[in-house]
Amino acid sequence: MVEERAASFGKRSLKASAKLEGLKMAVSMCDLTTLEGKDTPGKIAYLCRKALQPIEAKYDVPSCAAVCVYPNLVKCARNLLGEHSPVRVASVATGFPSGQFPLATKLNEVRRAVADGADEIDMVIDRGAFLAGDHAKVFDEIAATKEACGPAHLKVILETGELVTYDNVRLASEIAMQAGGDFIKTSTGKVSPAATMPVTLVMLEAIRDYFFATGIRIGMKPAGGIRSAKQALAYLVMVKETLGDDWLNPQLFRFGASTLVNDVLMQIAKQVDGNYQSADHFSLP
Amino acid sequence: MKTKLKPVKNAIPRVPATISAQPIIPLRERRLNFGNKWNFAPAPEDAKNYVIAPQHELFINGKFVAPRSGTYFESVNPATEQTLTTIAAANAEDVDGAVKAARKAYAQVWSKMPGRERGKYLYRIARIIQEKSRELAVLETMDGGKPIKESRDVDLPLVAAHFFYYAGWADKLKYAFPGKMPQPLGVAGQIIPWNFPLLMAAWKIAPALACGNTVVLKPAETTSITALRLAQVFQEAELPAGVVNVVTGAGGTGGALVNHPDVDKIAFTGSTQVGKLIASSVAERSGAGGRAPRLTLELGGKAANILFDDAPIDQAIEGVIAGIYFNQGHVCCAGSRLFVQEGIYSKVIKKLRDRIQTLRVGDPLDKNTDIGAINSRPQLEKIRGLVQSGVDEGAELTQTQCTLPAKGYWFAPSFLTGVTQAHRVASEEIFGPVLSVMTFRTPEEAFERANHIPYGLSAGVWTDKGSKIFKMVNQLRAGVVWANTYNKFDPASPFGGYKESGFGREGGLQGLAAYCRLD
Amino acid sequence: MHRLDVKKTYKLYIGGKFPRSESGRYLPAKSPAGVRLDNYAHASRKDFRDAVVAARAATGGWGKASAYNRGQVLYRAAEMLQSRASELVNEIARSTDVSAAQARREVTLSIDRLLYFAGWTDKYPQVFGSVNPVASSHFNFTTPEPTGVAVVLAPDQPSLLALLSLVAPVILSGNTAIVVASEKFPLPAATFAEILATSDLPGGVVNILTGKRAELVPHIATHMDVNAVVDGVGAPESSGTLQAGVATNLKRYANHSLATADWFTAKMEDPYWILDTVEFKTAWHPIGI
Repeated sequence: MVEERAASFGKRSLKASAKLEGLKMAVSMCDLTTLEGKDTPGKIAYLCRKALQPIEAKYDVPSCAAVCVYPNLVKCARNLLGEHSPVRVASVATGFPSGQFPLATKLNEVRRAVADGADEIDMVIDRGAFLAGDHAKVFDEIAATKEACGPAHLKVILETGELVTYDNVRLASEIAMQAGGDFIKTSTGKVSPAATMPVTLVMLEAIRDYFFATGIRIGMKPAGGIRSAKQALAYLVMVKETLGDDWLNPQLFRFGASTLVNDVLMQIAKQVDGNYQSADHFSLP
Repeated sequence: MKTKLKPVKNAIPRVPATISAQPIIPLRERRLNFGNKWNFAPAPEDAKNYVIAPQHELFINGKFVAPRSGTYFESVNPATEQTLTTIAAANAEDVDGAVKAARKAYAQVWSKMPGRERGKYLYRIARIIQEKSRELAVLETMDGGKPIKESRDVDLPLVAAHFFYYAGWADKLKYAFPGKMPQPLGVAGQIIPWNFPLLMAAWKIAPALACGNTVVLKPAETTSITALRLAQVFQEAELPAGVVNVVTGAGGTGGALVNHPDVDKIAFTGSTQVGKLIASSVAERSGAGGRAPRLTLELGGKAANILFDDAPIDQAIEGVIAGIYFNQGHVCCAGSRLFVQEGIYSKVIKKLRDRIQTLRVGDPLDKNTDIGAINSRPQLEKIRGLVQSGVDEGAELTQTQCTLPAKGYWFAPSFLTGVTQAHRVASEEIFGPVLSVMTFRTPEEAFERANHIPYGLSAGVWTDKGSKIFKMVNQLRAGVVWANTYNKFDPASPFGGYKESGFGREGGLQGLAAYCRLD
Repeated sequence: MHRLDVKKTYKLYIGGKFPRSESGRYLPAKSPAGVRLDNYAHASRKDFRDAVVAARAATGGWGKASAYNRGQVLYRAAEMLQSRASELVNEIARSTDVSAAQARREVTLSIDRLLYFAGWTDKYPQVFGSVNPVASSHFNFTTPEPTGVAVVLAPDQPSLLALLSLVAPVILSGNTAIVVASEKFPLPAATFAEILATSDLPGGVVNILTGKRAELVPHIATHMDVNAVVDGVGAPESSGTLQAGVATNLKRYANHSLATADWFTAKMEDPYWILDTVEFKTAWHPIGI
């Protein structure tokens, strides 16, 4: 039934003002991401500026929620954005993307990224340990990472494409929340399949049950593979109809994306201007 | 790069979220808020290009002809109470004319045609239905009240698929029943209900024609439009005149068809009460030594949907919702009795309560509508009456909190808790978006209670344990058992009931048996 | 003034595309009377190798497509064949030196036969599968599954009808196929490839190679990734080699060589050929609490 329920959200028809509202909301939830070996300060400058002002002011579009970068680029991003930016700095850490490194080095990465100015840490769980049945190890690593984060928020990447089954995704979600994660996140974006509607639904259901059991609202971040505005809106419908209004904000829902933003902006421009757009008119992050 | 970015002029001021621990919401305040943040705008399906003629005639011998009595009756859009059109009322003479046309077409054309060629007509019909899908879906929604999302995505694809499936059987009948060469019966009289008008027409007509029979179809009084549109499809496909005839009207028209002496086969889908009357009158005729038609009946149901504590609960909830609220519960096989294993009862009720709040009730032509209109005023009164009886007998009613439109026939999705088998709502078919919830302790108790009812059309089982699934499948006295799913239909899958839900199967290889002689 | 025609070269059909032979070779097609017609690609063993790779890659999608979907595709192929019927009639008449009337008879029968097989996709498991009443408390069922990649050898006559009658029962169950077309009369097969390519048939499900049978047969026989051979030729020089090839990887071998006239009979409309390229899987599950 997971796939059927997930598919039903894509059938909602969003018109006019509802569509525009949803699209703007989607931009405000984007963690604009660059995670390449060839990232440089120059690239980070493009990214930060785009996140801060995605499109010209006349379209009335908010900033993106955050930029998401590798640890070495955190200081640069923080310098560019300044101390009180509406755009937060998120850093991947803990041996991203594989996580196949000793815990000590992983925790060190986290502390240094936070010291460099990261507001949020996106960690990866040890999938090898999970699939070998050592759930306690997975839990302990998440808890230790949360401690190392200090004031920073922790997002826990499950890498659902490697966990494969919905039962595994559900269990990993529960471990991540109980161990102290503030957000649970589907994917690193380096493995296919990345985020899908059914997997995200399973995670939202886990978040729902956790909320009723503990009173704590955990955030959700699907990442990777979300390229079109249409897909993004389907995700938002899913959040609205699974968890309700309280999760429809950037404090509790993010998109991990890079190419998504421009497709959303193109759709916003189409709604406002009334005609189909060309990519040439939208700046590259 | 060392320079800071200048702040953006006229930027939307955004208060950065303070970095602090998540607040813990106290137990009493832990609620999901399905409110008005980000309301979906109306999204009406474009219907203005599909014109409904002000008057519809009977379809006899390949042509649209006026009824002998000159009488017409109104057909209303149940969502708006507006009159859509007037439909011809066929009397006994009209029915006789239709049966004669069907007999002539059978004797002179259809029984002589090789199966391959009959199959090609069915393929053509299937193709044309695919092409006209959108139009037919809109008409079905306007005439019957079901959401456009369902008529477009469920009804119409299945209609085309039934014609495709049976088209392929027309020249392969010798493989269907080992040792037998199936022969057609002759003229089939078919009476269909209002809940899936076009789909029920397809379920009846496709196998009948594939097996070499000709047809006289009597659609339901409140939903005749798409059956007559289908007649136009037959014309477009150049189906020989008289192979399918459509006689519209009320109960009397159906009665004339059932009692006509030259009909070889009667197929009826509808209420158990009427099914029993038809069975009586057919029995009388064969008792009197006359030629009586063969009979198949697909009647009512009160299906048990059984939820074990080892089921994936969130998926099971989706299945329960799909089982009773699909098509506003106007489904003979609807999962209308929910049996919850006692240990998970409160969890299930809470999830059900939250989930029905996300069901959208409203204009059936709006693409976002989940729950459409009740088909007619009498049906609405029946639902209200039975739900009231449940409340009067002590059950507790929970409903989707929503504003129902002022005009039209509407009932909010509901479930009744505190129900026992002694309640009327536990044994009588409501045929509306109303679920009766009961509990059980063990698998034995589950199938005992599920079976302890005169109906036997369908059942549902929710558990992660495979052996339990097969045990329940074995023990449940129902013609269709859905495990970890519900309301799934396919032309290749036989459908029909045990006990007072009827006899005979529609769909699949077994579905051919109703329309052949195997001597 | 005389207008020059644009001449067509008939190419191979592999993976949904129309490549020339990797060997660069071609052959001239001639009618039985010796009239030179057009050039066509001369497939090499490497083309055959590539076709097997394409067919294997296509098994995932086609094998898992619903029966309904496969039926729709075959029905579409029949629509396409019907709409280009006169082209096929012309192709058959000129290249095999039969009358237009006979060619028309062949094409009409081909369309109807394709339609016939299209209708079996969602029915043959009901006819040939079973639920088995075993003595122990188990739910036990038997269901047919496609075997995988099959090589089909088409005879010379009838050049279209025989090929189609051999391929349809193979692919309707979800197998993919490499067809070795008639050596003497390859053009109708090459044209049929174009019809398949426009029928929503996924690339690689049917691959058609034209060329010399004798060159390809040894490689077909010994290919370790071919699951079945359906032999519509049955010639002494090739069938021995092919049957011996069973020993390499236990590929299934079926001989369906017939006299030309037999292909035209109603007997050919028979689902039992489907069973040559399916495997029967039986599964058990306990019934209990």
